[in-house]
Amino acid sequence: MNITLKRIGMLSLLAMALPAQAHKLWLLPSHTSVSEPQWVTVDASISNEIFGVERAYPLDYLEVSDPDGQAATVENRLEGHRRSVFDVKLNKPGSYRIAVAKPGYFLMYQVDGERKRARGMDADKLLAQLPDNASDVTLSEVHNRLETVVTLGAPTAIAPTGKGMELEMLTHPNDLYAGETAQWRLLVDGEPASGVEMELVPGGTRYRDSQDNWTVTSDDNGMLSITWPQAGRYYLEAASSDDKVSNKKADQRRLQYLGTVEVLPM
Amino acid sequence: MRLLPLALFSLLASYASADTFQVEVEVPRLRVAEYHAPYVAFWVENADRSTIVPLGLWYDDQEKWLKDIRQWWRRTGRGQQKPYDGLTGATRSPGKHQMDFSELQSLQKLPADEYQLVVEASREVGGREVVRLPFQWPASNHQQQQVNGTSELGTVTLSVRP
Repeated sequence: MNITLKRIGMLSLLAMALPAQAHKLWLLPSHTSVSEPQWVTVDASISNEIFGVERAYPLDYLEVSDPDGQAATVENRLEGHRRSVFDVKLNKPGSYRIAVAKPGYFLMYQVDGERKRARGMDADKLLAQLPDNASDVTLSEVHNRLETVVTLGAPTAIAPTGKGMELEMLTHPNDLYAGETAQWRLLVDGEPASGVEMELVPGGTRYRDSQDNWTVTSDDNGMLSITWPQAGRYYLEAASSDDKVSNKKADQRRLQYLGTVEVLPM
Repeated sequence: MRLLPLALFSLLASYASADTFQVEVEVPRLRVAEYHAPYVAFWVENADRSTIVPLGLWYDDQEKWLKDIRQWWRRTGRGQQKPYDGLTGATRSPGKHQMDFSELQSLQKLPADEYQLVVEASREVGGREVVRLPFQWPASNHQQQQVNGTSELGTVTLSVRP
């Protein structure tokens, strides 16, 4: 199961393309900063348009943690035709992390010259399904983190988990204002990751003729410096790959961070 | 024939022998992480858009994205069904592409007037661009128009010959 560089390239494209096309996966909270205890509602969808709902995203691995790191109350989970929805109760002052981050596996192979792919949470089960005549088999460990943060009252720090690709948000994600510059550190397994590109797309692509996206690259200390051109919601995406697999049967590990932040007018 | 007024001559010419209507479109090569060839639509409209003549459409059988060729969709696409009017075909890769719409009866039957050729390109997870090239129909002499797109279209050239 040695992989060539060419196949890594192909694979990275496809891993990003999960589950089908290279649509963007996102979580969009109704409010990011509130001043009294209340519910917020969150949409989860997969789309080209930022943030226009297109297809629902399964919420099986949703984790919402409150300012003390405890599981927050989540109600009204719904997987609709075009989006998933859930409500989060904000009753403690501080910041809540809303995330979907469960490592999975992505299998690629060929049967009679036809490229096949499968994904699942268990590498052995995936490999067991391989047909006897499968060739060009590549198994990737995929760590995708979808994340957004909301705050009741004053923001509190969101501690990195130390697993997969994450942002150490030195500038708090609920303290972003147009014209200001956020300083974030990109981490892989809790260590600074340098030379990784992050793409940013302002919301509202349906109402303009260009993506208006831009890219920032993490420096030697993993630092990303992002100046917000205007108020609004932004979609963030960063990806890298390495060979630090947790299951030895995997050929490589694909890491991705997908985030949503809201920037307010100055 | 030489004694006939010019207007009458053009009128006759439009019915007698077909004018040629050729378009060269450049699909620009873009350096992006995720590239999909653009959907492109061609149509002709008059000044007040009381006349809309669809000429062609490049798309990959995914009707889902047709609405994203927004002006084409508004002016003619949403009123049509598969097969779409004009010369349709698959999307084209980056490079220059020649289109000859001369044989379209709907074009040849256009009454004498000033028109615009409209070319609209829309790319999945990319942008959208519309260019317009004016022309006189039917052609009394060779007309050539050229517009340089700035994002989703390169150089677009229209050549109309009597």
